Amino acid sequence: MSQNDGNLLEVKDLRTYFQTEDGLVKAVDGITFNLKRGETLGIVGESGSGKSVTNLSIIRLIPDPPGKIVAGEVIFDGQDLLLLSTQAIRHVRGRRIAMIFQDPMTSLNPFLKISRQLMEMTQLHLGHTKPQAYDHAVKMLETVGIPDARERADNYPHEFSGGMRQRVMIAMALSCEPELLIADEPTTALDVTIQAQILELIKRLKQETGTSVILITHDLGVVAGMTDHVIVMYAGKIFEQAKTKELFKTPGNPYTKGLLRSVPDPTAEQGKLYQIPGLPPDVAHLGPGCPFAPRCERAEEICHREFPPFVQLNRDHCSLCHFAKEVFAESGGQVSDTV
Amino acid sequence: MDEKPTRLPRELELAEKELTPHGESAQRLMTPDPDPIHVAPEMAIAEDVRAEDGGYVRGTSLWRDAWRRLLKNKLAVFGLIVVVLITVASVIGPALIKRLLGFTPDYIPTHDIRLVKSFPPFTGPEGNFSWLHPMGTDNAGRDQLARVLQGGQISLFVGVISTLVSLLIGVSYGAIAGYIGGRVDNLMMRLVDVLYSLPYIIVVIVLLSMFRSQTPRGQLTLLFIALGSVSWLTMARIVRGQVLSLKNQEFVLAARATGVSIPRIIFRHLVPNTLGPVIVYATLTIPQIMLTEAFLSFLGFGVQAPLASWGSLAADGIQNIAIYPWQLVFPGVTMALTLFSLNFLGDGLRDALDPQMRTV
Repeated sequence: MSQNDGNLLEVKDLRTYFQTEDGLVKAVDGITFNLKRGETLGIVGESGSGKSVTNLSIIRLIPDPPGKIVAGEVIFDGQDLLLLSTQAIRHVRGRRIAMIFQDPMTSLNPFLKISRQLMEMTQLHLGHTKPQAYDHAVKMLETVGIPDARERADNYPHEFSGGMRQRVMIAMALSCEPELLIADEPTTALDVTIQAQILELIKRLKQETGTSVILITHDLGVVAGMTDHVIVMYAGKIFEQAKTKELFKTPGNPYTKGLLRSVPDPTAEQGKLYQIPGLPPDVAHLGPGCPFAPRCERAEEICHREFPPFVQLNRDHCSLCHFAKEVFAESGGQVSDTV
Repeated sequence: MDEKPTRLPRELELAEKELTPHGESAQRLMTPDPDPIHVAPEMAIAEDVRAEDGGYVRGTSLWRDAWRRLLKNKLAVFGLIVVVLITVASVIGPALIKRLLGFTPDYIPTHDIRLVKSFPPFTGPEGNFSWLHPMGTDNAGRDQLARVLQGGQISLFVGVISTLVSLLIGVSYGAIAGYIGGRVDNLMMRLVDVLYSLPYIIVVIVLLSMFRSQTPRGQLTLLFIALGSVSWLTMARIVRGQVLSLKNQEFVLAARATGVSIPRIIFRHLVPNTLGPVIVYATLTIPQIMLTEAFLSFLGFGVQAPLASWGSLAADGIQNIAIYPWQLVFPGVTMALTLFSLNFLGDGLRDALDPQMRTV
C-alpha cells in the first residue's frame, strides 16, 4: 500500500514550543513514533504532558503565536504535512485525518443544525450536492446509532445529550472515511456507561472502515481495551513506548509503573489509593536531569544530573530511564538486543 | 467571561431537551401547574412540550424561548405594538387617505383660504366643525395627518436602511478583526477608534453638504450612506468582542480540524453566534439613527421638500409654534412615541435574548 513498511504516519523528532511570558515552554520535545494502517495507538500521560499538542501539531492546528512547530517531520502517507501549503493542509484535515475532541458539549456549533454541520464535511471534501450530503449525514447518524436519525438530523446540538453529541462528533469525523482518526480524550466528559458505548462504537467503526486511530487519554483502562501500541508521555517527552499488552505486563519505566499502580482497583475493599508523589514539572523551567526524577522512587544522583537515555528493551519496547533495563527486569521482562 | 451570554438559555433548556416519548412522561410534563404564579421556569417551557401525532416532542428553540420572555415584558410588548401600528399606518396611511378622502400629502387646496393653518373644530369648508383634517393643516393647507404618516415612512425607512448598512459593515469588519486578531485586529480597531473620535454629526453634515444632491431622492440616498457609514463603529466593536470570546471555543477548533476555510468559519460559524447582541444593538440603533436624521432634517441638511420626515415637519412647525402649536406637536409626539417604543422594544429584546445581562 505504502512504500514505507505500511506506515501510515511517521512522526520524527517533532518539537512544538510555546513562547510564554514565563519563558519557552517545550510542550512537545522530540517525539518520534510510527503508526501502521489499521492500527490503534494510545497516548497516555498526565494533564500537560503534551498529548494534545502532539496531535494538534500533526494537523497543524497549533495556535501561532504563541505556539510554533520548530522542528520535526510528520510524514503522512509519504507526504510531510509540515511542508504543505495552508490550502493543501485544509484538504487533509477532515478528509484524510479527522479529529474528535474531548468535550462534545462545546465542540458542536450551538447555532447550526446537526445536519448542516455534518453536511458541511461532505460538501467541502467530497463535493456532495445538498441532497446527497443530507442523505449521507442521515446515513452517518444511523451508523453511529442515533435513533430516528432523519428526524433528529434537523435538531440543534442543545437538543442532544452529551453521549449523543459525541456520537454526532464521531459521525462527523468519519463521514469522509478518513485514513486516520485522532480521538483526543473522546470519553473524558462522559459518564462511565456512555464511555463504554462510545469506545465500543469507535472500535466497531474502526474495524469496519480500517481507519488508523490515535487515542489520547489519561485512562489506562481505555488504553488496555482499545489499543495495539501505547506511548507514555511526560513533560513533552516519550517516556515509554511498547505494545499495549507488554506495557501493562512488564513496564520498563518507573513512571509507567507509578501510573499503573495509581489505577483504582474496584476489588480492593479498602486501603489507600496509590499516587505518584508531587506534581508534574513546570515545563518552562526544566533542569538538566530526568524531568521525573523529583517524583521518582528510585531516582539516584545521576537522574538529577544527567538526562536519561532512550533505552531499547526489545523490538517494540523503549523506555526513557537511566535504569530502564533494571526496571524492565524487575517487572519480569526479558531484555533482548534483537532490534 | 467564559460563559457566553447566548448559551444560558441553551443550558436552561437542557433539562427539557431530552426526547420525551409520547405517553406517560409527556402527560406528566403537560400537567398544568396548580399555582400559575409560581410557575418554575422549566414548567413554563414544559407547557410547550406537546406530542401531537405520537412522535417525539419537539423542544423549544432559543428563539422561541426568547420570544416567550419578550412577551412577558409588558413595556416591550407595548413598544412592539406601537412600532407595528405606526409602521403599518405609515406604509398604507397616505395611500388610504388618498383613496378615502381624495388628497395626497402634498395636495395644496387653493379653493378655500380658510383651510390653511386650520385645526379641527374649525376645519369645515364653511368654517364649521369638521374632522376632515384631524391633525389640522400646515402653512400651505396640506393635511397634517397625511404629512406625518408620509414623514413616518421616510423616517422609518432611513432608520432601517441605515441600520442595515451599519449592520453589514460593522458585522463583517468586527468579525474579521476579531477572528484574525493580532496586528490586523489592532490596526483595524485603531481605525475605529480614530473614526470614533471624530464628531460624527459634523462628518455627516460635511458629507451631506459636499455631495449635495439635486434631487430629493439623491439627497435621501446620500443620507443613508452618511448615517450608515458613521453608525457601524459600535457594531464592529460589539461583534469583535463577541468573536474574540467565541473563537477559542472548541467548536471553532473542530471546524478548523475538518478543513473549513477561514472566511467560512467567520461567516458561517461565528457570525450566527453573535446574532443575539447584534439584533439587540440594531434595534437600539434604529431610534438613534432616526433621531439623528430628524436632527439633520431639522437643520435643513436631511430630507428635502416635497419629501417630508418627522424632523423636517418639526422644523416647519417650529416657525409657528406660538400661534399654531399643533404643527410641531403632532410630528413631535409621533416621533417621540415611536422612538421610545423602539427603545422599550430594544431593551425587552436584550433581556429576552440575554437573560444574564438583566440587572435584577
